[in-house]
Amino acid sequence: MAGLLFTPLAWAALSLLLDFRRGRWLSWLGMLIQVLVSLSLWFAVAGGGGFFYALAGWEAPLGIALRVDGLAVSFVLLTAAVATACGVHAGVYLDPGKSWQRYFWPLFWFLWAGLNGVWLGADLFNLYVGLELISLAAVGLVALGGEAAALRAALRYLFAALLGSLAYLLGVALLYGQFGTLSLTGIAGVVGATEPAAALALLLMLAGLALKTALFPLHGWLPPAHGIAKSPVSALLSGLVVKASFYIAARLWLELGDRLGSQLLAQGLGALGAAAVLWGSWRAFRQPYLKQVVAYSSVAQIGYLFLLFPLTYAVAEPVSRLAQQGITLQVISHALAKAAMFLAAGNLILSVRSKRVDALGGVSHFLPFSLFSFGLAGVSLMGMPPTGGFAAKWLLLQASLASGQWWWIAVLLLGGVLAAAYVFRIYRASFLEDSVSDDFYHPPKTLEAIPMILALLALGLGLVAEPVLSVLALPFEVAAGVTAVQP
Amino acid sequence: MSLTALLPILALLSSLLAAVVIFALPESSHRLRTLVNLLAAVLKLGIVAAMTWGVFRGVDFSVSFSMLPGVSFMLRADALAMLFAGLSAVLWLLTTIYAVGYLEDSPNRSRFFGFFSLCVASTMGIALAGNLFTFFLFYEMLTLSTYPLVVHRGTARALQAGRNYIIYTLGGGVVLLLGIAWLHGLAGDLAFRETGHFQSVDPALHGQLTLVFVLLVAGLGVKAGMFPVHGWLPQAMVAPAPVSALLHAVAVVKAGAFGIVRVVYDIFGIDFAYRQGLLEPLAWLAAFTVLYGSLRALWQLDLKRRLAFSTISQVSYIILGVTLFGPLGTVGGLVHLLHQGIMKITLFFCAGNYAETLGVHRVDELDGAGARMPATSIAFTAAALGMIGVPPLAGFVTKWTLGAGALAAQMEWVVLVLLLSSLLNAAYFLPIVYRLWFLPVAAPWPEERRWGRLETNAWLFWPPLVTMLLLVLVGLLAPTAFSPLSWAQLIAVRMYLP
Repeated sequence: MAGLLFTPLAWAALSLLLDFRRGRWLSWLGMLIQVLVSLSLWFAVAGGGGFFYALAGWEAPLGIALRVDGLAVSFVLLTAAVATACGVHAGVYLDPGKSWQRYFWPLFWFLWAGLNGVWLGADLFNLYVGLELISLAAVGLVALGGEAAALRAALRYLFAALLGSLAYLLGVALLYGQFGTLSLTGIAGVVGATEPAAALALLLMLAGLALKTALFPLHGWLPPAHGIAKSPVSALLSGLVVKASFYIAARLWLELGDRLGSQLLAQGLGALGAAAVLWGSWRAFRQPYLKQVVAYSSVAQIGYLFLLFPLTYAVAEPVSRLAQQGITLQVISHALAKAAMFLAAGNLILSVRSKRVDALGGVSHFLPFSLFSFGLAGVSLMGMPPTGGFAAKWLLLQASLASGQWWWIAVLLLGGVLAAAYVFRIYRASFLEDSVSDDFYHPPKTLEAIPMILALLALGLGLVAEPVLSVLALPFEVAAGVTAVQP
Repeated sequence: MSLTALLPILALLSSLLAAVVIFALPESSHRLRTLVNLLAAVLKLGIVAAMTWGVFRGVDFSVSFSMLPGVSFMLRADALAMLFAGLSAVLWLLTTIYAVGYLEDSPNRSRFFGFFSLCVASTMGIALAGNLFTFFLFYEMLTLSTYPLVVHRGTARALQAGRNYIIYTLGGGVVLLLGIAWLHGLAGDLAFRETGHFQSVDPALHGQLTLVFVLLVAGLGVKAGMFPVHGWLPQAMVAPAPVSALLHAVAVVKAGAFGIVRVVYDIFGIDFAYRQGLLEPLAWLAAFTVLYGSLRALWQLDLKRRLAFSTISQVSYIILGVTLFGPLGTVGGLVHLLHQGIMKITLFFCAGNYAETLGVHRVDELDGAGARMPATSIAFTAAALGMIGVPPLAGFVTKWTLGAGALAAQMEWVVLVLLLSSLLNAAYFLPIVYRLWFLPVAAPWPEERRWGRLETNAWLFWPPLVTMLLLVLVGLLAPTAFSPLSWAQLIAVRMYLP
């Protein structure tokens, strides 16, 4: 349990002492440990229900409390899967000859520690610490390589992230001043309906988190950062990092939104999400560079997540549950599919030696496997059956119908069509057979296999959505008595 | 897991696994790939035959599991499913043989046959789907797996056609999804049931149900090539001949038509649809499409384009049959699902043979081809006569039953449409037949190739002859117990008698 947080931190420190090659061996071992621990924790919760866990036995006001419910362990497991895939990919993809590469592993492990901290954190300040750890590591990863453009993008990312953190911290401070506790459930227990200061705090926190999640129109920092980073880094950033801030926003909303939120705020956030879906997809369609297409696609896909707010505010319990399930599936399937897509895009770029979309002609002939992975991931992003993306869309459609908010239906359907437009643009470019060049590089098999595995996971998620959702729904209250059990 | 649950899954897996294996095989292992293809096709035929026998005897093949809260993935073999599954299993085998010969020595065969198998797996899923949700799953899978086949040649024209294909079909898919989701919100998860679900329904829901019906039929109509959303079909002709054959006879247009059959009978119920007046407008639209497609076909000089417009016309016969309230109309529509497939695939095989052997693509280049390629031309002639409705061929059985159904439903104007359409069929098919047999060769063939003793490659030679034999047999043997006609009657009886 504690290993989930301390192993990454320890590995970060250890790998700092090693060069890239040795760090790689160390990290592979670490990933294996993390995957095994995450899996066993997931099965423990799936079998026995969730619980609160006090780190090192210190209870909540003093120590670090962890909230281990179905949602948290599922995200821990997701992180283990995606991060391991990206880590293995990076180990082969990055050129060990360059001296700066050795910083990849420490940053990678700090990022992982931060992510696990956010998924499991039970009080607002710990969440802040996790969030900061993630942001700093992510900025470092973007800057890795040191080209001027990368540094510019990283700097822009840093400013956005800091501003977001600041707004969030301000909100936390306001809440602490008001209620004297930082525990999320503690605040939820005492907060009343009319508390303007608390409402302001919630607004500030949501705004900060929206900036970090790159919600339209605050998304400007994301495409340059995700587009310029190395492919495995882009995959980590798009797949996991933006989800962390959204996760906090969602937890805040679900605990406090019913009293501190308002219909205006909920619909407003939903509208911004809808705008993100449409604008991001359109921009993705227009990009000349492959990775920019994928990066703008993230802006669009993040937009869907913000439909959580209107679809859970002032609606019946079953509708709210449908929406939560849909959004959770969207988070998971987007994480898998987008990581697969970035890694596959990296392979395609390696193969044709150009970052442009129109240089892809003939690649379906020479690198069918990576293109196929890209395509499968695209199918999930379009929300076509039987992928996880489709399952998410279906649940959100049902929630919109049941709550009578039909305008979101249009967004969901139109978003799918636009996603098809930018994904099929890539297919079209790569099926063209008139290219004269047959100078293609074949990336190693490992690089080709990893995106396929991730894409297949995104696909399979749709087929096993029901059992996955049943674990996600496990609350931590179920087995509050077994606090001390350490799996 | 019992055998009755296993068989539908196996029917699906036989081509799904074939696809995976073919994708995994290296491009150069042609023999192994052909072997896998043929083995899978034969295996599937066996499974489908066994299931058909079981359904005839009243065995219930079904399997389902919960996929999402409130929605299940459900495969079920009823008589209607076996009609479509049987068609696709038989024609898949023949088309695979044909495609092996057709694509000899061309690049990207691994990709082609992989997606080809995926496409057939989707068709099988569409046939066996037990509820609308599962149907939609495979319906969209079909869209995605046919795209690489349409753009297979990778030319600018092929890509343009692929683009239009995907815009039309995905657009239709969105409309369909909206309809399905709405219906699910209104009535929950609806399994296909032979008498439909809405015999008695709260009148307050009638308005919404009518809208849902329109959405569903509009979404399905795109693939069925109904006017005004037929535009993708003639363009998709740029695909290789076996793909066109599959698209027109088995997979895409049939999936749309089959879906409409499912929606009308097994979701809404023919009674409800009739009482709500939903059938009449659909009948008019189908009749218009029948005539429109035939008229457009008259002016096409490209052989495959002429066949494409003919498909638009012929598939709407199925829809027309569905809208005739009464068992006879239903039988006519259902049996045409099969008959049209057999006739149209013969025509496309022949068109492909002319193109591959002689380099002929246009109608006016066919003068005298009958002497050079007698077997192919006999098959073409038989299928063309069948389309026109000459007794005792397959098309005649359809048109006769449809006409009788129209009279029984007191929609005499439909008989007029049938007659007019037959005239038009004759007007665009007979000139080709005349050119084949009675005109002398005008110019040397554009691009002639020779293969030993036979008039063309053996892989291309036999499939049209087999389908020709089928189309004669289903016509001649229509009154016997195991003909498609009797099978369609079996289905209709189950639909009208609760």
